[in-house]
Amino acid sequence: MLWLPATLIALAMVAPLAYLVIRGAGASEETWSLLFRARTAELLWRSVVLMATVTTVSVALGVPLAWLTVRSDIPLRRFWSVVAVLPLVVPSYVGALVVVSALGPTGLLRDILDGPLGVQRLPEIYGLSGTTLTLALLNYPLVLLIVKGALNGLDPALGDSARSLGVSPAVAVLRVTLPQLKPAIASGSLLVALYTLSDFGAVSLLGYETFTWAIYQQYQTSFDRSVASSLSLVLVAVAATVLVLEARSRGRARYYRTGPGAARPPAVVPLGRWRWPAVALCAAVGLAAVAGPVAVLGYWVGQGIAAGEREMLLWGELWNSVLISGAAALVTAACSVPIAALAVRYPSPISQLVERLSFTGYALPGVVVALSLVFVGVNVVRPVYQTGWMLLFAYVVLFLPVALGATRSAMMQASPGLEEAARGLGRTPLQTLLTVIVPQMRSGMLVGVALVFLVAIKELPATLILGPLGFQTLATAVWSASSEAFYARASAPALMLVLVSSIPMAALVWRGERLRA
Amino acid sequence: MRVAGVDSVAYAALLSLAILLVAGCGSDDETAASPGPGSLVIYSGRSDDLVGPIIEQFKDATGIDVKVKWGSTSEVALLILEEGDASPADVFFAQDPSGLAAVVDRLSTLPDDLLARVPDWARSPDGRWVGISGRARVVVYNIDRLDETDLPSSMEGFTDHKWKGRIGWPPSNGSFQAMVAAMRLMWGDERTRRWLQGIKANEPREYPKNTPLVAAAASGEIDVGFVNHYYLYRFIEKDGEGFGARNHHLADGGPGSIVLVAGAGILNTAKNSENAEKFLRFMLSMPSQQYFASTTFEYPLAGDVKTHGLLASLDEINNPSVDMASLEGLKETQAMLRDLGIIP
Repeated sequence: MLWLPATLIALAMVAPLAYLVIRGAGASEETWSLLFRARTAELLWRSVVLMATVTTVSVALGVPLAWLTVRSDIPLRRFWSVVAVLPLVVPSYVGALVVVSALGPTGLLRDILDGPLGVQRLPEIYGLSGTTLTLALLNYPLVLLIVKGALNGLDPALGDSARSLGVSPAVAVLRVTLPQLKPAIASGSLLVALYTLSDFGAVSLLGYETFTWAIYQQYQTSFDRSVASSLSLVLVAVAATVLVLEARSRGRARYYRTGPGAARPPAVVPLGRWRWPAVALCAAVGLAAVAGPVAVLGYWVGQGIAAGEREMLLWGELWNSVLISGAAALVTAACSVPIAALAVRYPSPISQLVERLSFTGYALPGVVVALSLVFVGVNVVRPVYQTGWMLLFAYVVLFLPVALGATRSAMMQASPGLEEAARGLGRTPLQTLLTVIVPQMRSGMLVGVALVFLVAIKELPATLILGPLGFQTLATAVWSASSEAFYARASAPALMLVLVSSIPMAALVWRGERLRA
Repeated sequence: MRVAGVDSVAYAALLSLAILLVAGCGSDDETAASPGPGSLVIYSGRSDDLVGPIIEQFKDATGIDVKVKWGSTSEVALLILEEGDASPADVFFAQDPSGLAAVVDRLSTLPDDLLARVPDWARSPDGRWVGISGRARVVVYNIDRLDETDLPSSMEGFTDHKWKGRIGWPPSNGSFQAMVAAMRLMWGDERTRRWLQGIKANEPREYPKNTPLVAAAASGEIDVGFVNHYYLYRFIEKDGEGFGARNHHLADGGPGSIVLVAGAGILNTAKNSENAEKFLRFMLSMPSQQYFASTTFEYPLAGDVKTHGLLASLDEINNPSVDMASLEGLKETQAMLRDLGIIP
């Protein structure tokens, strides 16, 4: 019963792969000589290194922030909860542009420091370290949100038992809470790692050549779909390896509670003398990843207004953005449930394959996915081609794993005993899913909806290529203006993007508080 | 579980609302059947911020229902290739000639009188596309560090050691590669290779495209860079005369000062080819050419339109005539750049 929807969804997710094989098959000998040269291996290695550094930094930022904003008594906790996820809505090319303008060799920061302190040189931001910093600051919320979902679904009894056995609070967090968060951390890391693999905006502006850069090069200047497709298949192979590694790390441990009764809400952990260092951490991240970019964007908007720029508020684009991302978030989260249920409840090589296939679109550069869906649209589903439906489908293909990351960890915390009881009392599998499993997964699913909304609202290549004629969103407006150096005109929609995304985040935080109370 | 119940109803309602709305957002293109001026679908590789206003003027002047697909030139070209005969596009408006060359098999031959409005060098040799505006290759330089007299008159001057660590270039950028392709045609492969190696030995900073490079030249991150001419004027328009960079046109008439075009063609599957032709004529008319000269700071190509006061005139910069849309030439150029380790 679960198999049918899960398999259908997974098959739809594989559309890009089929396309790549068809296009790649048309490749000439020249392609193969391009593929099998030392430079390919070097580019792959650079991609892998970046993936490792970005993921590490994202975990290092995301996990502590998640714990602080869920479990601790940090001052202004709700405020930090909202602020901490906002960097996710900043498109990577905007983030990189801001980093270059602010921290570049001749950026704003040097101008500021040059006066009083005579600082002439800042650390180099072009290259690996700058790219890592930028991508990690923009993407750590993927880890943060999924870990938060897991923390909310965690039974505090285990930690309490540890405490009652004489363990200090810090040790209880490290040895009891942290291991229970492993699947969530792994899910979040996977999303960050695969996103990094497919990023083009930041790596190109910050001058760190990766494999995806080479793919874009083929598209942008050679218009060569065969070579680009063959290269993309290599990227898929790398992604598959990462997926296998992640699955290994998951192991066979049990993450749901088995005790009788309902879990009680977790107690708030007092931070004591760690209070201010914790605030400092939140403030530092908030400054670097939110206040900094917002200030730079605001500065550009101000320059624009001073220069007589008008009509900077784009209501039509705002409406389109909210509409399509909102729909994508709900549909994607719904689609992720059967796959998560299958993968968690019926673990087998086949169900794992179904789950992993759904990562195809996410791991590929957006332009590759968009072109593959053009192929599908023109050849298979012509009537919906260049309609909102096609774009919605594209978003599901691109972002299903984002929702899956959240729903899967929620599913792992849902107790199978309740389901067995429901089945034993005569409920059908579908009824069980809807009335027993989904309610237990609520917090995880909400996180999934929020995450997809945040990543979809900044999506660019698929929106441009697959959207209805004349369809423009905030993200396309930002791109259109920034690509022609109209920074003022690009900044206003970018700020609107951040603002409009903070509203659902605030609502989510508020709701979490209410449940907790 | 009262809360859960309310939630599921809310989700279901939201979901159906969202789906209804998405269904609505693709449904306004059913008006094509109405008689009158008809419709036109433009696939534009030039951004809304650049050409949106002039397309709007065309709409107002003709009453034609114009729909635009926006994207980068490469995205739109790839889209046309992928759509094949099913493409709804009537016109492809491209930022550079290589984009037009990539889809040239999908373009129909344009009428002679339309082609005759622009100089020979600004249209495709087989009449499939026509240039709309011109974009000159220039050297952008930082005015605090350099005086225009310090700059060489030929691209080869920059291979001198004194430029070590001071150059910026965008090797993966289409216009830059078109310039190198022109260089190969004018200088031959050996000399071009030497030039590329000479610049590479001077350890240039790499940029993905023109905009960040011009910004970097103004801020002093680099002293000179190889770019298209008009980005500078956008910055000056925004930041004022104090902007720290200016353009230098190389006087030798070599490949460093060629003029590339942004151009357009009509698809051979176009359903509204008459309106498409009207559009191209409009783009080559006086008001449009004036628009490109004064608003986007590009070189007008048709009629007697004055170049913007800030620009060197088109007669002043030697424009060598080379076939800038040879895709074959572009592929060989990329192979050379790759061979020298300049692009991935």
